[in-house]
Amino acid sequence: METETIQCLLKPKEYGSDQEVKWCPGCGDYAVLNAVKKTLSELNIPKEKATFISGIGCSSRFPYYMDCYGFHTIHGRAAGVATGTKIANPDLSVWMVSGDGDSLAIGGNHFIHAVRRNVDINLLLFNNEIYGLTKGQYSPTSEKGKVTKSSPHGTVEEPFNPGELALGSNSRFFARVPDTDVKMMVEVFKQAEQHKGFSVVEILQNCVIFNDKIHATLTAKETKADNQLFLKHGEPMLFGAENTKGIRLNGLELEVVTIGENGITEADILVHDAENENKTLQYMLTQMKLLEFPVAMGVIRNVKATTYDEALHNQRKHEMENSKFNSLDDLFLSGNTFKVK
Amino acid sequence: MKTELQKVVIKFAGDSGDGMQLAGTLFTDTTASIGNQIATFPDYPSEIRAPQGTVAGVSGFQVHFGTSGVHSIGDAPDVLIAMNPAALNANLVNLKPECTVIIDSDSFSKKSLEKAGFEGDPLEDGTLAEYKIIEAPITSLTKTSIADLGLDNKSMVRCKNMFALGMIFWLFNEPLEQTIEFFNQKFGKKPLIAQANITVLKTGHNFAETIEAFKTSFIVPPAKKVAGVYRNITGNEATAWGLMAAAKKANRDLFLGTYPITPATDILHELTKHKWSGVKIFQAEDEIAGVCSAIGASFAGDLAITTTSGPGMALKTEAIGLAIMAELPLVIVNVQRGGPSTGLPTKTEQSDLSQALFGRNGDSPAVVISASTPATCFDWAFEACRIAIEHMTPVILLTESYIANGAEPWKVKLLDELEEICPNTCNNVEEWAPYKRNAETLARKWVTPGTPGYEHRIGGLEKEDVTGNVSYMPLNHEKMIQIRDEKVARVANSIPLQRVKGKNANKLLVVGWGGQFGVIFGAVNELQQERNNIAFTHFNYINPLPKNTGEIFEGFERIVVCELNNGQFANYLQAQFPQFKFERYNKMQGLPFKIKELKEQFNEILEAGDA
Ligand code: SF4
Repeated sequence: METETIQCLLKPKEYGSDQEVKWCPGCGDYAVLNAVKKTLSELNIPKEKATFISGIGCSSRFPYYMDCYGFHTIHGRAAGVATGTKIANPDLSVWMVSGDGDSLAIGGNHFIHAVRRNVDINLLLFNNEIYGLTKGQYSPTSEKGKVTKSSPHGTVEEPFNPGELALGSNSRFFARVPDTDVKMMVEVFKQAEQHKGFSVVEILQNCVIFNDKIHATLTAKETKADNQLFLKHGEPMLFGAENTKGIRLNGLELEVVTIGENGITEADILVHDAENENKTLQYMLTQMKLLEFPVAMGVIRNVKATTYDEALHNQRKHEMENSKFNSLDDLFLSGNTFKVK
Repeated sequence: MKTELQKVVIKFAGDSGDGMQLAGTLFTDTTASIGNQIATFPDYPSEIRAPQGTVAGVSGFQVHFGTSGVHSIGDAPDVLIAMNPAALNANLVNLKPECTVIIDSDSFSKKSLEKAGFEGDPLEDGTLAEYKIIEAPITSLTKTSIADLGLDNKSMVRCKNMFALGMIFWLFNEPLEQTIEFFNQKFGKKPLIAQANITVLKTGHNFAETIEAFKTSFIVPPAKKVAGVYRNITGNEATAWGLMAAAKKANRDLFLGTYPITPATDILHELTKHKWSGVKIFQAEDEIAGVCSAIGASFAGDLAITTTSGPGMALKTEAIGLAIMAELPLVIVNVQRGGPSTGLPTKTEQSDLSQALFGRNGDSPAVVISASTPATCFDWAFEACRIAIEHMTPVILLTESYIANGAEPWKVKLLDELEEICPNTCNNVEEWAPYKRNAETLARKWVTPGTPGYEHRIGGLEKEDVTGNVSYMPLNHEKMIQIRDEKVARVANSIPLQRVKGKNANKLLVVGWGGQFGVIFGAVNELQQERNNIAFTHFNYINPLPKNTGEIFEGFERIVVCELNNGQFANYLQAQFPQFKFERYNKMQGLPFKIKELKEQFNEILEAGDA
């Protein structure tokens, strides 16, 4: 575990704005807001450097509640705006705040391209598997058969798994956290911020009004030890109340085993390698579903790669240093010109 | 014998592999450096890989040059170079009697005539009776002249455009040196290719001199021009350069967020070459991400641009509304093409005007301006940036395929000759509120992320006056709509008054806008030599209109608005000035106006009154 001897210049609450927070009482968003404030405080990110850019949806109100720079944009398009902001000023700590509808339905195209490009942005992807702001229609992450206002007979479509989609788009950083665990959120958000590139953090968020307890089996006190696998790089994939259950690779499949049963020892348990370039195992981890498996939490993939903004600025710098022109005047007067006297 | 001419239109036409664009460009470069007025237009085939030898595969390059009176690319060629039957057929509809047609007689086989859509042989069946036909065995003479160089057949045939160019240089008494120099530079590493092209060029030149078909050659004396350094430039290049210049004068980095679309893509091509000047280029995954990235860059303090054409403009609509609400500087360049939908991607039109003015949800005013000619795209791009930055508003710059791809000499402007652009920044946090405004312009301050003490949030939800907090209050909403409207209206305070050519006229006022300036000006100019009752006013500022616009319309019996659409500017003027009657002269053929048709139209109106 990390040793917490952080000198915080600003307290978490000092990152909050004076605006009244208008999420429904009991909404999971509150915990995320607190975790983000704590993250900025612990990383000592100056308020003016943190820039929150959101799309449309309940979670996208987030920027208003931070006393930082913020831009509440339009539905699905936060990735584009955030990309422009980061390119224009790479010194900023850019956070994109979005939901399952915003990023995976209307903004799906932008999501996969932002991931592919690896712009240095942290995406907080609030996944409550429902449209909250428009009052309860199914989303692209709603489970098949889900009954909602727009699907009274149950949906007939397969959902996206954000982890699969991210890794399929060559995500260099993917993590998953429950909104019920502020400590885990802070730990993961910090890693997301420190990772250079597009960091996707899927937050399993509870919408108390339209999709209450959708993640409850996962997050309830009594069941969470058995149903969540909190992954840490370099540590064995152990879980359960006694920490005796683990994940083993059997042939090409993952399986749950218990230490001490059938001759299983800790040596049989997979050790998490978030930094492995090869994403095969990480991909399998994103796919683990209840009830056969625990759901993988924490940082599933975290690999280093050149970021888009870095590459763009390096190229630009190279051009600036090696140009035959010193100014636009040189360009305007170059090549085929002719004089009239 | 040399005959003096005031102006000439030449069209180089051939198969898309025949090098007509190069021949046209090289002719233009030499002619421009002699000091002639020039206007050019490339006429590419619509299909990328149309079958060889068919009309669909014809590529053309039209150049209009002269001593004076060159305001457009010219209605129809005086000289047509047709490298094959398809090139001839494609241009037949637009030939005027007496036109000199130079054809490559080697290419007129029965098979190629059929392919080009001729039923008989036009050389024999009287189709070409009205024209002066010069038959030249261009392909065979090209090959003979360089037979000893050891090139393969394909490489030899590829030089035939230089044969045609050599003939044209002789016909107009222009020097070969610049073209020779071009090949020596370009093919420095392949001296054989350079030598082949140069030899063919000279052979064509000698051929023209020797044959008796040309009774005379011509001289087009140089134009009287303002002294200075000139260069030939296309509208899209000039737009890109104007944007770069504006960024320097505003002391901001230039950011382009865009997605390729015909006919706007050349602005991206041009800007991406100039990263050395600090330009940041983001080729997005779609039109929406293009404009959104520009909005994000503007939020962060860059001079942000997005470039597109009609269909892309439609996709950017919602985001432009966001920029209006967030009151951020943003320049949207729409190089118009024929619409609606995919329409005529490679043809010119002015039909996105209503879209620019009204194509958004809510009451969402944006500044709309338009460029007149290829070279002045520089000035209008610069002006778009100035307005966007100083007035904190999105500005839509409308150009059009015709001037974007067309070229003319541009009198080079150096940075010192351009005015400073002053961003509306804030240096006193005590006086700061996100939506506090400049008393004169109503522009809010542009304070960007990273500035300590000014942390604030903006977005697409309605803003409370001054604080910029989200507000759903009824009266505040009404007030904010009025402020946004007034802010755009006040741009009129920083733009010049509208001018009229032919002030004392009172009979007919011709109104134009955008890229059809040259043709309309040319038509009116010619009529004004004969009549004193016709005047012309051309609009570049569309929203807001110059303050004296209404006064200009007073005192004319008839007003006719000429535009390449179904009457969009006329409708707009009619709504603003119901006291006047705006007649329309519309053309919707994907083609620019012609001086001839405009003159006929204006004469008809003038004579109707005389009767
Ligand atoms: S509707 Fe659901 S997601 Fe939205 S604020 Fe309320 S509880 Fe939260």
